[in-house]
Amino acid sequence: MKVAYYPGCSLEGTARDYAESILGICASLGIQLEEVPDWNCCGATAAHSIDHRASIDLAGRILKLAAQMPHPDMLVPCPLCFNRLKTAAQALQGDHHRRYSVKLEAALPKIWDLADFFATKEMLETVAEQITKPLEGLKVVCYYGCMANRPPEVTEAKDFEDPQSMDCIVRNLGGIPVPWPYKTDCCGASQVLSRLDIVSRLVGNLYDMAQRVGAQAIVVSCQMCQANLDMYQGKIEADWGRRFSLPVYYFSELIGLAIDANGVKKWLSRHITNPFPLLRELGLWSTHPRAHPHGTWR
Amino acid sequence: MSQETLNPDYQLLEQLEAAGPFQAGACFQCRKCTNGCPVTFAMDLYPDEVIRMVILGQREPVLRCRTIWVCASCETCTTRCPNEVKIAELMDCLKEMAVEEGVPCPQPQVLTLHETLLSNVKKRGRLFEGTFLSTYMLRSGELWRRWKSGTWKGELKLAWQMLYKGRLRLFPRTIKGKKEVRAILTHPRQTENTS
Repeated sequence: MKVAYYPGCSLEGTARDYAESILGICASLGIQLEEVPDWNCCGATAAHSIDHRASIDLAGRILKLAAQMPHPDMLVPCPLCFNRLKTAAQALQGDHHRRYSVKLEAALPKIWDLADFFATKEMLETVAEQITKPLEGLKVVCYYGCMANRPPEVTEAKDFEDPQSMDCIVRNLGGIPVPWPYKTDCCGASQVLSRLDIVSRLVGNLYDMAQRVGAQAIVVSCQMCQANLDMYQGKIEADWGRRFSLPVYYFSELIGLAIDANGVKKWLSRHITNPFPLLRELGLWSTHPRAHPHGTWR
Repeated sequence: MSQETLNPDYQLLEQLEAAGPFQAGACFQCRKCTNGCPVTFAMDLYPDEVIRMVILGQREPVLRCRTIWVCASCETCTTRCPNEVKIAELMDCLKEMAVEEGVPCPQPQVLTLHETLLSNVKKRGRLFEGTFLSTYMLRSGELWRRWKSGTWKGELKLAWQMLYKGRLRLFPRTIKGKKEVRAILTHPRQTENTS
């Protein structure tokens, strides 16, 4: 199966773990990802905040390039990119398309939020066939954040107040997705750089609720959420005067773990909040046979 | 008691709707936006107040308020509005208008963040986090603030960890179509024409 792929800028840098885990599981599952040729930045929050026209034209250029590819599906791992691409597709095909310089001629591929793609019936079955290490006993909350769901007129999400994609994925892998009320509450996103105090309060609320419902970890599909929840956990713990110790896994890393894909250790070791102790405690992280290329001494 | 009378000025609403539409005029003040907003604690005007003031043409306070800049664009308000007012999108439009009209920004570091990101993308067509983060820290004065508050040690440790764990790219990538991107980001600012 071949699909178009728009990784977005942060997957080339701070979200390298997410990028590698996606490439890793897709290789194991026989999905060939073809990057949109010469893709550019979608403009992110900055463009839609202070330069609306550029926000549509930047995403429009990506759509134009994607439309020239032969694939009917395009996977977008970053929910903000996904949201901007969907917004641009709507704007460039809507009543006010003449405001923008990009003109769409060819038909667009279907734009997929990555978690939604992996939660389709076919993908769940494909993954289930390859599970060798089910995630038994792993109790997590799935945290979806904002951009993959809202506003539903743009994202075309059905369960936008109570999304299910990652819950289905985790259940399929043998884990336990705990229901909780903060699935789509905001983590503060880019305010982490300008107003860390806001992010500390919002993310602290998430940790607190995750602990109250008895989760051992948080599962995400957004690299901004992952960064805010993983990188600043120590700082937020200090602000709140509490220990949370909640590893923050990408759903793609959990798929990799369950199907024993190559490179899981490398992806997880890029996290700031140590993701290994919980896995060891649950017996999900035994010494890898592959870690000993010369075999065991016995 | 003397009462100040307010003369509604509908120009602001018309100007915004021409750039939208955002259906701001449909607001009936149910306050669902404000009740669902995660960052009201950091706002000076509540989202419903911003909409009301837009309808009443209170240009100055609306363009000067902190609310539009601390809005996290989480889209909860737009999603839940019973009258389909595009509140978050309207906040963006107000930010853009404030920048165009040269209104001083009450949260300068937020504006600096956006400007730094766009000028970074303009250079190569893609965002290069290495120079983006460092330029932002210098330009916004965040580095100085962190130095003074003593939180710089934590930040430095984090930066080191990111580097050590391979999450900071050392060299940027430039795309072939960077000129196209540059053209998109340098278009002359003009008011939106309805088409």
